[in-house]
Amino acid sequence: MEYLIGIQGPDFVLVAADNVAASSIIQMKHDYDKMFKLSEKILLLCVGEAGDTVQFAEYIQKNVQLYKMRNGYELSPSAAANFTRKNLADYLRSRTPYHVNLLLAGYDDADGPGLFYMDYLSSLAKAPFAAHGYGLNKRFILNLHSFNVRLIDKDGIHDMEKLTVGAK
Amino acid sequence: MALEDICNFKDKPTHKTFPFYASEDTSVSVFTEAFNFKWRGEMTSKKASDVPLEFHVPSLFKRPSSRASHSVSVRRPFPLSHGTTTLGFIFQGGVIAAADTRASAGGLVACPAVHKITPIHSHLVVTSSGSGADCMLWERILTREIRLYQLRHKRRLSISGTAKLLSLMLHPFKGTDVCVALTLCGWDKLIYVCSDGARLQGDIFSVGSGSPYAYGVLDRSLSWSLNKEEAILLAREAVFRATHRDAYSGNNVDLFHVTAEGWRQRQREDLKEEYYRDMEKRGKKMDLTGLFS
Repeated sequence: MEYLIGIQGPDFVLVAADNVAASSIIQMKHDYDKMFKLSEKILLLCVGEAGDTVQFAEYIQKNVQLYKMRNGYELSPSAAANFTRKNLADYLRSRTPYHVNLLLAGYDDADGPGLFYMDYLSSLAKAPFAAHGYGLNKRFILNLHSFNVRLIDKDGIHDMEKLTVGAK
Repeated sequence: MALEDICNFKDKPTHKTFPFYASEDTSVSVFTEAFNFKWRGEMTSKKASDVPLEFHVPSLFKRPSSRASHSVSVRRPFPLSHGTTTLGFIFQGGVIAAADTRASAGGLVACPAVHKITPIHSHLVVTSSGSGADCMLWERILTREIRLYQLRHKRRLSISGTAKLLSLMLHPFKGTDVCVALTLCGWDKLIYVCSDGARLQGDIFSVGSGSPYAYGVLDRSLSWSLNKEEAILLAREAVFRATHRDAYSGNNVDLFHVTAEGWRQRQREDLKEEYYRDMEKRGKKMDLTGLFS
């Protein structure tokens, strides 16, 4: 099971995602990055159905970048989150829904840090902490042994040390 | 497009984002604007960039909603074949691609001598698994598109570009019965593309019903510093072990070695010989413990 977690602090947002790309019971990659950089201070974390995640996340990513090219300034995290939710909602009501669960984390120079939780039914909630997945549990059969961790603050996105849990 | 807007003509594309349009008739047109590399500063003529990819698909092309199975579905004349073992890995001497050669249809070995590894061009080889017919078709489509790109832009498409192109071409068929899992083996890169939409770049991939067994052998002995002979032996051993345990893999093993100079194919080997050699070795051990009668 794939896992995403985000925590909003007073002036930063901390996000982590596991590194597994699995195909049914086989782990095809153990160093897969699930975070998509939308802009200098916005990260989109995306899990869900195999092709849908990358297709949808890249679509949002390119559109956010296009907005900056057209208008000269970047979308705020809140605007990006609402744009993402609107797209998810539109596709949900079409014949080709995208089955993806998202966390959008960003730092707005005016409003400060923000963490947005979105799920595949296109619900959107701004929350101080949020997660997708069953998480780590000693008793859970699938062990996620490494996580990518990143921090977003007023200076942008910083990579933190990769977390490795349990015996390799 | 403009005429459509003026007339308020509401065409119902299945995809609003991508420039793919699935019309209700039997042909699917895929426009290449998405992969138009104009931004690279090349002067491509408008005609070349707008050429649609047209290919005819059977009239079953109706996307099922929310990917649920139909209550009314077409009865298949025979069970589709999915069993296989293919693998690919990178090491210091290039990339090895190996596969078995059995095509199974349910419990029947439909063909014992299939080519599951196909060269696309001199430096790209693709291993296929999933439905045999679909793989054959999509390999040909991919070869054609790569060649067209080369002719139009006077340079070869990169392997990542090829993988992305294939992934985008397969996207309209997600949710249908198309089952294609290809591993593109370039000389320095390995990319797995699947009809579900997955596109993964990695150092080692094994696909098919025999893949868990192959992974077991590969994960144990694979390292970057293998020399060419060791790598070939490892690949052959992995396929052999997979074919030994998996009912849907077997017969022979095909091996390709791709380097910066191009691909080279090893002669196809019958795994029966390998099996007998292995049994002989074991036979000697087994006799000592008296387990063999």
